[in-house]
Amino acid sequence: MKDQQVIEQTVVELAAGGERPSAAEAGGVAALQLAEMTVSYGEKPAIFSVDARIPARSMAAIIGPNGAGKSTLLKAALGIVPRLSGKVTVFGEPFQQARHRIAYVPQRASVDWDFPTRVIDVVLMGLYRELGLLRLVRRRHREMALACLDRVGMADFAERQIGQLSGGQQQRVFLARALAQGADLYLLDEPFAGVDAATEKAIIAVLKSLKEAQKTVLCVHHDLATVIDYFDHVLLVNVRKIAEGPAATTFTADNLQATYGGRLASAHIDQLKLPA
Amino acid sequence: MMGSAFVQLSLTPILIGVLSAIACALPGNFLILRRQALIGDAISHVVLPGIVVAFLITGATASMAMLLGAAGAAVVAVLLIEAIKRLGRIEPGAAMGVTFTSMFAGGVLLLEQSDTSTVHLDVEHALMGNLESLIWFRARGWESLFDPVALAHLPPELPRIAVVALLMVLLMVVFWRPLKLSTFDEGFAGTVGVPTGLMGFALVVAAAVAAVAAFDAVGSIIVIAMFICPPAAARLMTNRLEIQILWSVVFATLSAVLGYVLAGYGPLWFGADHAVSAAGMIAAVSGAILALASVAAPHRTRLGAPKDAG
Repeated sequence: MKDQQVIEQTVVELAAGGERPSAAEAGGVAALQLAEMTVSYGEKPAIFSVDARIPARSMAAIIGPNGAGKSTLLKAALGIVPRLSGKVTVFGEPFQQARHRIAYVPQRASVDWDFPTRVIDVVLMGLYRELGLLRLVRRRHREMALACLDRVGMADFAERQIGQLSGGQQQRVFLARALAQGADLYLLDEPFAGVDAATEKAIIAVLKSLKEAQKTVLCVHHDLATVIDYFDHVLLVNVRKIAEGPAATTFTADNLQATYGGRLASAHIDQLKLPA
Repeated sequence: MMGSAFVQLSLTPILIGVLSAIACALPGNFLILRRQALIGDAISHVVLPGIVVAFLITGATASMAMLLGAAGAAVVAVLLIEAIKRLGRIEPGAAMGVTFTSMFAGGVLLLEQSDTSTVHLDVEHALMGNLESLIWFRARGWESLFDPVALAHLPPELPRIAVVALLMVLLMVVFWRPLKLSTFDEGFAGTVGVPTGLMGFALVVAAAVAAVAAFDAVGSIIVIAMFICPPAAARLMTNRLEIQILWSVVFATLSAVLGYVLAGYGPLWFGADHAVSAAGMIAAVSGAILALASVAAPHRTRLGAPKDAG
């Protein structure tokens, strides 16, 4: 019985390819662990003493009202905005040593899409670690970038200027760039914000395939209606952490009420799809 | 015009003009994309107090001291702008405006109060430079290009700006990827290991070096124009940054050559008996190129496709 499990596990890993999770990870090391993280832009903290533990190979969501610090939490974990305090651990290692295992997808609106560059060039940015300052872009790099574009259904757009894309297409290009990084942990900031239904479907399919390949996905997520369908782990924040755990036991009416306060009418909660 | 008189009187000013224009236009491409185009304006203004202070300290117009003074002032200005932005929570344009106007005004006051009237150091020079006077006195014709004695007497501005222009090209080639990446998407760039803060600061310092070297030869009018006009016109010609850079070099060169020739000979064609300032004409030509590009270039319309549809 036990042997059977080991074989199954190995088959899944071989199918997934990439870095084989170490024994420690298989035993439940967190993909991302935050300890007492505090961030402040001014006098008032945007994030206060948040602990979090995102299990490896989960599909996780950060959920909370506008201004709750969801994006800030992600950016501070990545060191994009400075932390007042807090420790970040990735797959059991200090952040700096494991940062090559992370791919980040910023909010689509955070960049200037009139920037003079093509879709394929944006995806190739995901290979920066490999290409460094001066290494030439070779055919295998281009083919890899094209394969990533293909996974998000954008292969036909490779030569387009990025300003010619719709919002949903832009989001898919950003996701393709993250795929090109070949990471183990994917951090996405509102990947479904302002995209069309077809794009949302395409993105969630890619994210689910990542999970099947033993990767970990963490999204800042806005749409409470889709949480149960998309994610298996949730982190509810409103400056402080309100609750964290498996979606089935944590995404509850009580926790939502605590997270959103008066901003979420109970009538609204009643209509939500909550764990049975 | 192509004979020995050309080599002696016009070759070096044209070369210096072209190299100055290119040295400023290269970093200008990135400054514009980062919405920092004004920083070129700021740097070229704060150079004046730097030069005056350097003169007051050393008592000489030795060009090395002047250059160091100018570069020092540029760095002070950059730090001041950052400090005002952060401490005062003021938007960048206003912080730059406050910094460079007050530093420039300080420079003018210093200049008037100090005993600098006897030396060739005045506001007009600061604005216009003295491109026409940078002649190659020892040249006897094209063969002088191979004559070590004549080459030793090239105006010192030429090798200086040549080195700076070359430095700009090298920096741009070597740091192309992190520079482009951090200009497009700073947050992402940071996560893949690009030192984005350092990149931004280094860009401004490189721009300051180009501005100071060019300012010395051609004055601040050209510096300001070259940071903005050739890259802005180039952006309208293409949708790829690599090609935009090449266009900006073409436009910078065209402005310098055409401007110099028009300033020297243009008025004569219209029956006037004086040439006009080459610096002013070069800047005017670059403005005219930008104007032309904005009505006739292929990519002048913003590319805003439907942003939130399918």
